[in-house]
Amino acid sequence: MAQLEDQRETIYKVDPAHPETKDLPILRTEELLLNMGPQHPATHGVLKVILDLEGERITKSTVVMGFLHRGVEKLAEYGTYHQFIPHTDRLDYVCAMYNNFAYCRAVEKLMNVTVPERAEYLRTIVAEVQRIIGHLFWLGTQALDIGAMTVFFYTFRDREILLDWFDELCGARLTTSWYRIGGVERDLTASLETKIRDFLAYFPPKIDEYVVFLEKNRIWLARTVGVAVISAEDALGYGLSGPTLRGSGVDYDLRKYESYGAYPKCEFSVPVGKNGDTYDRYWIRIEEMRESIKIIRQCMDQIPKEGPVLADVPSVTLPPKNRVFTNLESMIQQFKLFSQGFDAPPGEIYCGTEAHKGELGFYIVSTGGGKPYRLKIRSPSFIHMGAFDYMAKGYMIADAVTIFGSYDIVMGECDR
Amino acid sequence: MHSLAEAIQARFPDGFLNAQEWRGDLAVTVKREALHEIGRFLKDDPSMACDYIVHVSSVDWPDEEERFEVVYEIYSIRHRHRIRVKTRVPEHDCYVDSLTDIWPGADFMEREVFDMMGIRFNNHPDMRRILMPDDFPEGYPLRKDFPLQGKGWRDTFDFLNEGAAS
Repeated sequence: MAQLEDQRETIYKVDPAHPETKDLPILRTEELLLNMGPQHPATHGVLKVILDLEGERITKSTVVMGFLHRGVEKLAEYGTYHQFIPHTDRLDYVCAMYNNFAYCRAVEKLMNVTVPERAEYLRTIVAEVQRIIGHLFWLGTQALDIGAMTVFFYTFRDREILLDWFDELCGARLTTSWYRIGGVERDLTASLETKIRDFLAYFPPKIDEYVVFLEKNRIWLARTVGVAVISAEDALGYGLSGPTLRGSGVDYDLRKYESYGAYPKCEFSVPVGKNGDTYDRYWIRIEEMRESIKIIRQCMDQIPKEGPVLADVPSVTLPPKNRVFTNLESMIQQFKLFSQGFDAPPGEIYCGTEAHKGELGFYIVSTGGGKPYRLKIRSPSFIHMGAFDYMAKGYMIADAVTIFGSYDIVMGECDR
Repeated sequence: MHSLAEAIQARFPDGFLNAQEWRGDLAVTVKREALHEIGRFLKDDPSMACDYIVHVSSVDWPDEEERFEVVYEIYSIRHRHRIRVKTRVPEHDCYVDSLTDIWPGADFMEREVFDMMGIRFNNHPDMRRILMPDDFPEGYPLRKDFPLQGKGWRDTFDFLNEGAAS
């Protein structure tokens, strides 16, 4: 601490003997420590960053997090596998569906449960709708952080349509808990199918609309092009994933390379950037929205018209609700699953899922019994913040906001 | 045995302990002393080329002699393979060599392991707590002997006696 004080008190004097500067007053420069957050509107929650500044340039940044730490991993050890699904909603609270999806997939891998085909398609459709919601939310807030306020209203208008759609699907807009281990909670209704088809026609022109706002906007370009460049090698070493990694030119998308759900049956491309700057990360998200529309359209065409939406594995999956009220065995099954949980085999698995922020993974250690022995959440936001100091070095204070904005951080997931 | 595990065993016969494959995941347990060298080998060897660090985690097994397990999950973008490297640490000597110099992303992940489980990493640039407050006095929350409701200062709270008001 004393050393830091000394450093700050260093006074640079002008050479008094020099003829040109001898009459100038003494100049004093010092390194400034700026505390940003945790109550700052552009930190997407409660994140604190201590910036060491030289003028307006960042020389070092220290990330302080944990303000939203709720001990989710500890809580997981005290509940059954089914009971943890609502907790996953609260990780990345703007995109709950994808968290549910990632968690259910991990438990299905542990229990070796196969999901019925119709359920796979439904999961993929809803996951891609959630990806669009996530990217819309990101685009609106990122533009707002940079100062382009209009985009925010347009993206939130369209996000609202999809959230209403979720509302009709499962009764909640944000904390959905619609996925179940072995399938999904309920099927689409006829009106939802029409609504999603309408949206597929409505949405692509809207993407062009956002692009018009931003792509020729001089301020947007000045604030994103060439800002926070990270090379592919560094991005990999820091464990970045999702659009943040693909922006640096690494073709890594779990939907393609460790394919799951109905993705192997759909044709889509993975946009990959070149420069690794904030602009490329923006461009990738825009292109991903277009790809998501393609995936949803293909799924809607290919989905089997009939079929169960929840696997029928009585030792693991929940019985249908109508049977619980009329059938004794189903009631006992429901009761046992909720009071004791299912008997998981001892072992450990890791299952990563490509959420819209990056690779959301669950590492589950089981020693048998109904509760996980250890559950570790690999959350992209937390790992992306690890690269913040490296990426912010040398950029301006104002860029700090756009840099962690370009990771699409949500503190609920970061702090868990 | 999986070919990757065989390659590690052939290169590090002393450091390699065992390998398991379950549900398609390969997990290799190595000696603590060899962890850093094996990490370096996995990153630099062209047949391994594990350039992407997925996560660092830890598991507590309170009944066993080597109580803690540190887990590194790494991936190779070029070869598209995934390896989980595990090592065991006893409680009285809770130190592991940091892999921050191999994968810089291990920095935050190892800090989280320290914060939650109390395992320290040698040669780590910034070994501080990350999610809990720096002066958190109650120990390490994810250890199995840490109660779910926490311990310490909450027990000293004065609760209002609701019955007395009426």
